[in-house]
Amino acid sequence: MNDVKFFDSTLRDGSHAVSHKISAEQIREYCESIDGAGLYTVIVGHGNGIGASSHQVGFSEVNDLDTIAIARKALKKTRLGIFMIPGFATIADDLEPALKLGVDLVCVAAHCTEADTTQQYIKYLASANKEVHGVLMMYHMTTKERLLEEALKMQSYGARGIIIMDSAGASIPSMVSETIKHLVDNLSIPVGFHAHNNLGMAVGNSLVAIDSGATIIDGTLRGFGAGAGNCQLEAMVTVLQKMNFATGIDLYKLMDVSEGIVTKIMTKPQEIDTIGLMGGLTGVFSVYALPIKRAAEKYGIDARDIYVEVGKRKIVGGQEDMINEAAIELSKKK
Amino acid sequence: MQNKLKVAIIGTGNIGSDLLLKIQKSAVLECGLFTGRNLESEGIKRAQELGVPTSADSIAAIERDPSCCEIVFDATSAQNHLVHAPILKQLGKFVIDLTPSRIGTMCIPVLNIDKALSAQNVNLVTCGGQACVPLAKVIMDTHPDTTYIEIVGSIASKSAGSGTRANIEEYMLTTKRALEQFSGVQKAKVILVFNPAEPPVLMHNTIYASIPNPNIELLKEKIDKMAELIRGYVPGYQVTYGPIVEKGRVAITVQVVGSGDFLPAYAGNLDIITCAAVRVAEDYAKTILEKRKYE
Repeated sequence: MNDVKFFDSTLRDGSHAVSHKISAEQIREYCESIDGAGLYTVIVGHGNGIGASSHQVGFSEVNDLDTIAIARKALKKTRLGIFMIPGFATIADDLEPALKLGVDLVCVAAHCTEADTTQQYIKYLASANKEVHGVLMMYHMTTKERLLEEALKMQSYGARGIIIMDSAGASIPSMVSETIKHLVDNLSIPVGFHAHNNLGMAVGNSLVAIDSGATIIDGTLRGFGAGAGNCQLEAMVTVLQKMNFATGIDLYKLMDVSEGIVTKIMTKPQEIDTIGLMGGLTGVFSVYALPIKRAAEKYGIDARDIYVEVGKRKIVGGQEDMINEAAIELSKKK
Repeated sequence: MQNKLKVAIIGTGNIGSDLLLKIQKSAVLECGLFTGRNLESEGIKRAQELGVPTSADSIAAIERDPSCCEIVFDATSAQNHLVHAPILKQLGKFVIDLTPSRIGTMCIPVLNIDKALSAQNVNLVTCGGQACVPLAKVIMDTHPDTTYIEIVGSIASKSAGSGTRANIEEYMLTTKRALEQFSGVQKAKVILVFNPAEPPVLMHNTIYASIPNPNIELLKEKIDKMAELIRGYVPGYQVTYGPIVEKGRVAITVQVVGSGDFLPAYAGNLDIITCAAVRVAEDYAKTILEKRKYE
């Protein structure tokens, strides 16, 4: 097995789970405590990436630039990372100011078939000599051949790695191994995997990804994240330790931060509920768990029916308004 | 006497092709040149079948034979328009820029067509700007204490060609600038989503406004009026949701059903900007042709 880099998306993906209400003090405490634990980068900011704080996907308690400034001060050994989706953030209003604050690494994400929307952003970051990775979200919605085409585009723009996101937690192991192998065999840059735990497979699928040649694992402490949560990093590292795989990570530190700090940010334990399972089954973005729950209550219909309906409409990121439309239609049919 | 004004279209992709089909139907415009970079492109082939003069020399074809047109539509990219704008100015052409370059006078026909007609270079902002800015202006006119307006555009992936995808940054900044300038709102935010769904979904835009004490009845009345005016040149424009107060914000959703000239109905984002372009060009042409009657 190769060396694996661990990307820590606890504050970023976890932001979804608490409707983006993470305080300045929590950001500071988390970053100070996790610094130097051996993780490759700590990624901060709104759940949909910097610049996404909005009516559409929810306002952050602390704006992204303040968040970055707090994290920058707290992180002395571990790289400070951010995430961005073209269409939410701009270079002028978001990326440039973020770089000025001293961000080390940027993940630029697009829906799995839309890699060319990242061109301006990856090129800008590459020319600024920043470590930039391309992220392909909702990978289960396309074929491995198409994923490779899209990943090759990102590679040509200057991405130093490609992270495949199982945004809906819709993966079974064979999907992961086939996809990751195909990319590893055909790309010249590292491949990573970001799991969601809808089907209880996040750690397992991440292990499959490593076995298939992935060298970046993106996860969160406590599995804290949108919907059913993510690949629980301390569990992942424990498994690897038991397999005698050297991770270079201070496992006790991860456990302590998870137990002592992340649990305080969380408003409820990370669990797989019916909604989470429906997301994994229908392939609907895990970010939509809370909005769907709310719409189900508001319109008095079964949340599972909303999942099936928006699954049919192939909802993608940033389309919260479609949930209400679907709920209204379902409630009319009742 | 000449009863049509000649136009040239630079850019043979989705927007240029849609524009060409609309001009073919115009009573006062005639396409004198459809020019791009590749003679083998689908756009050029289609234009040839329609009997329209074509070229693969892009703007150089206009420089070679400036008599081919009086109006030039630029449907390339913001970067290209930076190069094209000074050349066209020197040639004395009336320019309608469909890229988000923001070089010319920003124009949303329902709000400021008169100003645009006296400019030499008219910039049509963006599809999201054309769809949402008039409603943002209604919000600010009826509720000057509005603190924040956000617009979320969702367009079908299939309708977004390579130019659009290479200009996301310009799209976002230009739409935001237009939102601020035309409406006067203090704080604005623009979000753009490419929807890869199959079959493609209709272009739709949601406007969220933070309004302290919204008068929904008044807002609805004024918004309906504005939508009616926009339908005067964009037939498929419709308010499909709201205005409604939810979670301390006012939400309005508009859809644009494309007229299906080039791409099918889902591509309302093409329609709204090409309809705006044709509206500006026709008004300009009518003025010129009217003057010539008496010359």
